[in-house]
Amino acid sequence: MAGNVDALFIFLLIVSGMMTLLIFTAVVYFAARYRNRKGVLAEQIEGSIPLELTWTIIPFGVFLVIFFWGAVVYFHSRTPPRDAAEVYVVAKQWMWKLEHAEGQREINELHVPVGRDVKLIMSSQDVIHSFFVPAFRMKQDVVPGRYTVAWFRATKAGTYHLFCTQYCGSQHSGMIGDIVVQEPAQYEAWMNGGSTGPLSATGEKLFSELGCVTCHRMDSGGRGPSLQGVFGKPVTLADGRTVTADENYLRQCILDPGAQRVKGFQPIMPTFQGLVSEEQVNALVAYVKSLAQPGAAGAATRTAAVTAPDGARAAGSQGQ
Amino acid sequence: MAKTTVQPVERENYLNKHYGIGSWLFTTDHKRIALLYLLSITFFFFIGGFYALLIRLELLTPAGDIVLADTYNKLFTMHGQVMVFFFLIPSIPAVLGNFLIPMMVGAKDLAFPRINLLSWYIYIIAGAMMMHCMLTGGVDTGWTFYTPFSTAFSNTKVIEAGLAIFVAGFSSILTGLNFVVTIHRMRAPGMTWGRLPLFVWAHYATSIIQILGTPVIAITLVLVVAERALHLGIFDPKLGGDPLLFQHLFWFYSHPAVYIMILPSMGVVTEIIACFSRKRIFGYTFVALSSIAIAVFGFLVWAHHMFVAGISVYAALIFSLLSYAVAVPSAIKVFNWTATLYKGSIRYDAPMLYAFGFLGLFTMGGLTGLFLAALGIDMHVHDTYFVIAHFHYIMVGGALMGYLGGMHFWWPKITGKLYPEGWARLAALIVFLGFNLTFFPQFILGYLGMPRRMYAYPPEFQVLNVLSTAGATVLGVGYLLPMIYFLWSMRYGKPAADNPWNAAGLEWKTQSPPTTFNFDQEPVVTWEAYNYDELDARQPQEAHVVG
Repeated sequence: MAGNVDALFIFLLIVSGMMTLLIFTAVVYFAARYRNRKGVLAEQIEGSIPLELTWTIIPFGVFLVIFFWGAVVYFHSRTPPRDAAEVYVVAKQWMWKLEHAEGQREINELHVPVGRDVKLIMSSQDVIHSFFVPAFRMKQDVVPGRYTVAWFRATKAGTYHLFCTQYCGSQHSGMIGDIVVQEPAQYEAWMNGGSTGPLSATGEKLFSELGCVTCHRMDSGGRGPSLQGVFGKPVTLADGRTVTADENYLRQCILDPGAQRVKGFQPIMPTFQGLVSEEQVNALVAYVKSLAQPGAAGAATRTAAVTAPDGARAAGSQGQ
Repeated sequence: MAKTTVQPVERENYLNKHYGIGSWLFTTDHKRIALLYLLSITFFFFIGGFYALLIRLELLTPAGDIVLADTYNKLFTMHGQVMVFFFLIPSIPAVLGNFLIPMMVGAKDLAFPRINLLSWYIYIIAGAMMMHCMLTGGVDTGWTFYTPFSTAFSNTKVIEAGLAIFVAGFSSILTGLNFVVTIHRMRAPGMTWGRLPLFVWAHYATSIIQILGTPVIAITLVLVVAERALHLGIFDPKLGGDPLLFQHLFWFYSHPAVYIMILPSMGVVTEIIACFSRKRIFGYTFVALSSIAIAVFGFLVWAHHMFVAGISVYAALIFSLLSYAVAVPSAIKVFNWTATLYKGSIRYDAPMLYAFGFLGLFTMGGLTGLFLAALGIDMHVHDTYFVIAHFHYIMVGGALMGYLGGMHFWWPKITGKLYPEGWARLAALIVFLGFNLTFFPQFILGYLGMPRRMYAYPPEFQVLNVLSTAGATVLGVGYLLPMIYFLWSMRYGKPAADNPWNAAGLEWKTQSPPTTFNFDQEPVVTWEAYNYDELDARQPQEAHVVG
C-alpha cells in the first residue's frame, strides 16, 4: 500500500517539479532578458486565444491523470479484502483500545503478522479521532455514532507509529501508540497468550444476557427477524428500501432500532443506546457476523449454556 | 525624484482636511475607514503572529516543555481564528479594496459610505469580543470548531469565540455588498467592465463569496452555540446529531474563504506586474473571468477537506474531480502573469519583488494543492504538516505577499510619502527566504507523518522542526521591518509625487494623498486598462526614478 501511494507521490513530484521549473525559468528569463533599459519600450501584446487554450487544456489533462490515479489508489485502500483479519478499534480521549476478533485486547498497541490483511472496524466513544499509521500511508477518521473502516497489510516486521491526527482535546498529542508487526511464528506465540476467547463468543454471551435471544430466535418464529446468515446480505426494510446488512447497519439496529426496521416486523425493539458500551456493541456485531459463517448454527445452540456472571465479566471489563 | 509635483505648502487632502479623533471615528470617507481597518488588522496580525511565535518555540524540542498542553491547544486555535477571521479575510479587501476601489472606478466614495463605517464598527465589536474571549481563558477547539468536541467536550470559551466570529462575519458581508453595488453602479462614464482594473474584478469575485458564503458559517456557529448551550441535537451523535454535517457546513464557507483571502491578493499582483513590466496584462479577459470561475467553482469543492472523515467513496471522487477543476483558473492566472513579463520593460522595485515572491510561493502552494486533491495522497498527508505547509504557502506566501506588495505599491498614494526603497527590497528578500525556511521543511515533516496540532512529537522530527522555527524567526524580522520603515516614512519619508510609478489606473490620477472626494471632477474614461504604451510614450523613462 505504501508503494502505491509513494509511486503516485513521486509522479506528482515530477509533474509539479516540471511545472515549477517551467514557470520559474520563464519568469527568471523574462525578468532578466527584458529588464528595463533606457530608450527601450515594452512591446504591447494583447493576448492569444491559442495560448490560453493550450495552458487551459494541457494542465486539465494532466490533472485528470492525477485524479484517476489518485482515485484508483483510494478505491483500493477503501475496499478491505473479504478474508481480512478483523480488529475492532475503539477510540476515546486519549487512548486506542483494540480488540482482535480472536479476543486479544490491547491498548495503544496493535500486534499484527507480516503479510496478513487486517481490517479495522472503528468507532469512537467521545469525539472524532483519526487512526493514522504513516508507515502504511493509511488514515481514517474515527467518528462517534458510526463505524468507519480501514485496512492494511504490513509487509515488514517492526514497530511503527500509530498517531491520532484529528485534534481531540488536551492530550491529543499523547494519543499515540505502536503497530507491532511480527513474523507469523512470533505472532502465533503472542496470540496464544491471554485471550478471553473470541469476540463473537463474548457477543454471544451478551446476546443472551441482554435478552436479544428471546425475540431474535434462530428459527424464523421469533418476534424479531432471525439473524442467522443475515450479515452481508440485502435486507428489505419496512419502508420498502433495500440495504446491505453491514457493520454499520447492525450497529444502528442495536442503538436506534426504529430507523431501519426490517419489513414484516413490529417496531417493538427498545433502543440499547446508553445501555451498551462501544466494546459491547462490537462484540454483538462480531457475534451476528459469525452467524453468517458456515458452522454458525452450532455456536447458536450453545447460547443457552452461558451463565450471567461470565457475561458480566466480558461486558464489564474495559467499559468506558 | 526626477519628476515632482510636490508643492511647497501641503495641499488639502483627506488626511489633513479634518483633525481630531471625532473626524476619524465618525468619518464616512472610504480612505479614512481603510486606515481604521489598517490599524485594526495590523493589531490582530501581531497578536496572531505572537501566538505563532510561541507555537514555533514550543515545537523547537520534541517534549512539551515551554507551555502546557492546554495552553498550546489554545495557542494554535487562537492563532488560526485571529489570523483567518480578523486579519486575512479583512486584510486586502477592507484596507486596499476600501481605499482603492472607489478611485479605480472613478467614484467619490463607495456606494454606501455609512454602511462602510458600520462594517468597521462591527469588526471592532467582534474584535473586542475575541480579545475578551482570549484574555479571559481562550478557546481550544482548533479554528475549525469540529463537533462534538466543540459542543460537548471542550471546557473553554467556545460560545464566546463562536459569537465573535459570527459578528465579524457581518462586517465581511457588508464590505462585500458595498463593493458589488459600487462596481455595478458607481463606475465613471466610459469605465466599462472591460476597462476595469483586474484588481476590481478580483474584488468583485471576492465580494460574491463574502455575500453568499459568510451567512453559512454564521448559521453554523449559531447551531454550535445552540447545541452547546441548549443541548439541541444537531451535530452530537449522542443527541441524535451528525458530526459530519458540521464539517460539510463549516467547509462550505471555509473553503471559499480561502479564495476570499487569495483572490484580492491575485488582484494586487496583477496591478503590480502590469506596472513594473510596463505592459497591458496578457489575456485580460481570461484573467478577469478566471477570478469569477474561481468564485463559482470554489463553492463546489468543500468536501475535499473530508476525504478521510467518513464520507462515501463516490462523494470523495466527485469532490476530488471538482477540486482539479478549480485549479485550472489559478493555473491560467499564473501563466498569464508569466506571459505578461514577455517583452516587457521590467523593473525590480520593492512591490515587484513582492509580486515575484507571490508568484513563486503561490505556484508552490497551488501545486501542492494538486497533491492534496489526489485521493490516494490525501489519505496519507491529510491532517499532517503537509497540509499546514500547503495552506500557509497559499494564505501567507500568497495572500500576505500580495498584501505587502500592495501596501508598498500604494503607500505613496495612501500617505503621500515614500518609504526607503533599499530597506523595502531587503524586507521582501527576508520575508521570502524566511517564509521558505519556515514552511518548506513542513512539507517533508508531513510526508514523514507528523500530525498537525501536536504539542509534543517523536524525536525523529526534531531537525526539521528546528529549521522551521529558525525560519519563523527570520520571517518575524521580515514582517517587523516594513512596519518600522512605514511608520518612519510617515514622518520622515520624502514626499511622493501623484504618480510615482507612472502607473495606469484612475487612482494614480488623483493627488497624493487624494482629496476627500478623490477627483475634482468626475473622470471620463476613454482609454483601456493598463495603457502603459500611452503612458510611456508621453513620459518616456523619466518618472522611473524613485526613492
